[in-house]
Amino acid sequence: MPKKVVSKLLALLFLILFFVVGCANNSSKITIVGSSAMQLLAEQAGNDYRLSHPNSNIVVQGGGSGTGLSQVQAGAVQIGTSDVYAETQNGINAKKLQDHLIAVVGIVPIVNKDVGIKNLTKAQLRDIFTGKVTNWKEVGGKNEAITVINRSKGSGTRKSFEDLILDNKKAIRSQEQDSNGTVKKIVNSTPGTISYISFPYANDKHIQKISIDHVQPTNKNITTNKWQLWSYEHMYTKKNPDKKTRAFIKYMLGNKVQKDLIPKIGYLSINDMKVIRNSQNKVTKIGNSR
Amino acid sequence: MNKKKDELKQIVNEAIANQEVPHVKLNKIGPDDVDVDKLTKPSKETRQEYWGKGLTYFAIGLIIILVVSIIGFIGAHGLSTFFVDHVNVFHFLTSTDWDPGDGKNHVGAAAMIVTSFAVTLLAALVATPFAIAVALFMTEYTSKKGANFLQSVMELLVGIPSVVYGFLGLTIIVPAIRTIFGGTGFGILAATLVLFVMVLPTITSLTVDALKAIPKHFRQASAALGATHWQTIYKVVLPVATPRILTAVIFGMARAFGEALAVQMVIGNAVLMPQNLISPSATLTSQLTSQMGNTVMGTLPNNALWSLALLLLIMSLVFNFLVRLVGKKGQK
Repeated sequence: MPKKVVSKLLALLFLILFFVVGCANNSSKITIVGSSAMQLLAEQAGNDYRLSHPNSNIVVQGGGSGTGLSQVQAGAVQIGTSDVYAETQNGINAKKLQDHLIAVVGIVPIVNKDVGIKNLTKAQLRDIFTGKVTNWKEVGGKNEAITVINRSKGSGTRKSFEDLILDNKKAIRSQEQDSNGTVKKIVNSTPGTISYISFPYANDKHIQKISIDHVQPTNKNITTNKWQLWSYEHMYTKKNPDKKTRAFIKYMLGNKVQKDLIPKIGYLSINDMKVIRNSQNKVTKIGNSR
Repeated sequence: MNKKKDELKQIVNEAIANQEVPHVKLNKIGPDDVDVDKLTKPSKETRQEYWGKGLTYFAIGLIIILVVSIIGFIGAHGLSTFFVDHVNVFHFLTSTDWDPGDGKNHVGAAAMIVTSFAVTLLAALVATPFAIAVALFMTEYTSKKGANFLQSVMELLVGIPSVVYGFLGLTIIVPAIRTIFGGTGFGILAATLVLFVMVLPTITSLTVDALKAIPKHFRQASAALGATHWQTIYKVVLPVATPRILTAVIFGMARAFGEALAVQMVIGNAVLMPQNLISPSATLTSQLTSQMGNTVMGTLPNNALWSLALLLLIMSLVFNFLVRLVGKKGQK
């Protein structure tokens, strides 16, 4: 009797093994890994894509920009998503990857409502995040200590913020939270706090958005780079990706995603941008060629 | 073949002739029905034996390979911080400057090490008296029914996923600390309180086992001497159970030390030497969970995280070693 059980168990084991191996070899599968900001967009686009392309199989995972880039470089996944240019990441050979700019997302500083501040200059913002200014009254607010909530080191949002606002100065060591939702919750409930989150999360009347140099954080201001605090959402593939991956990238850049899905989520279509920013943060106007 | 068959028949005949008490099986087979193939090949039972043995060895081999490769992998990556990126080990253990993205002179884990130990010790310190009290109540005071009820409550506490504890901490404990003490509410105190609930069941159930293991005649002797119930508990029961209670505490500490998610949610994640119990800081595990997605495999920031993992591995070995040591002392 036990022999039968054993052989049944073995058969089951082999079945599972075949199943797993079969899954791994499924050539029509596209795996997308990386930035959590991109995860939502890729998931929804993937679902729509599956409806119109029944043979496709798209798997979307988070894991962070660093994971996305290193996985696509290693060839473990077809598409790695990132909030930052691959050129700026150590250990990534950007020459081996192909960049596809999919969308643009704005980042906005937020403060707790009781601080009583609605506008800061870029220099003031920098002083706050580098620890030079530690009380709100120094920048025209209440007499209250400033509590900085930063984003996780190495996260795409933080990298964009530090590159664009801090001018290569180091941020003070402070609390770090790694998700937009948590940051919002903390800033909302803790007096004297300041942080920054991406646009789609900022539509909440309980938190105070900050305008920088009296420029309002709107999508329209991003398209002209008047509001400078924004970042690209990238999809990286290997140079010369296979046909199925190319088709999906084309779908991401197509009208359905760019006109419907991306604005719905609160991002900006890449086609709306009137400027382009390279990996050295140099901004140039898009000429008439486009 | 035939020769062999004849030989076998002869042997069976001899056996039948020599038997003193009639042997049922031999008589049944008889010399003519001897199936040579069956007798010379391994029996069904032997094959079962082989199968069973093989399966066990296979499983053990797999586990050994797994353990060795896990330790090897963590070791290789964790040590490459020191051998490939040339970070000074002493610097790693004593500096509080944690910024691995900025080069090898900014890889100091001291703040995280201190916070990890502080959180662990405080949680154990707070949880142990409660755990002993609950265990005493369960073994000495309440009826069997009550003890069973408490037992299932404790098991329930163990079964709650750590993310739920973290979520509760974030929603209840952190705002409470913020209201009472000011600041943001994130910090060692919040982590301690969350971990207190998490390690309580571990320490309690092991302490209950310790108290139950004390022979009844110890208590009877004490009662015969005229000691009250409470005198018996603190003069006889607790001293005898001390080594095993210590083991329970160490197990609880190991759990607290390794807990990542719940702690990460309430500690604030600032790699700073903790100034007080309500200043935000980071533990080894919380730094690992919050950073691993943002680093690229093979770079210094990634290797530095593996070094933290290696440190955790070593610490869990130390905890295991402590358990053995305390257990041995208890046997004397």
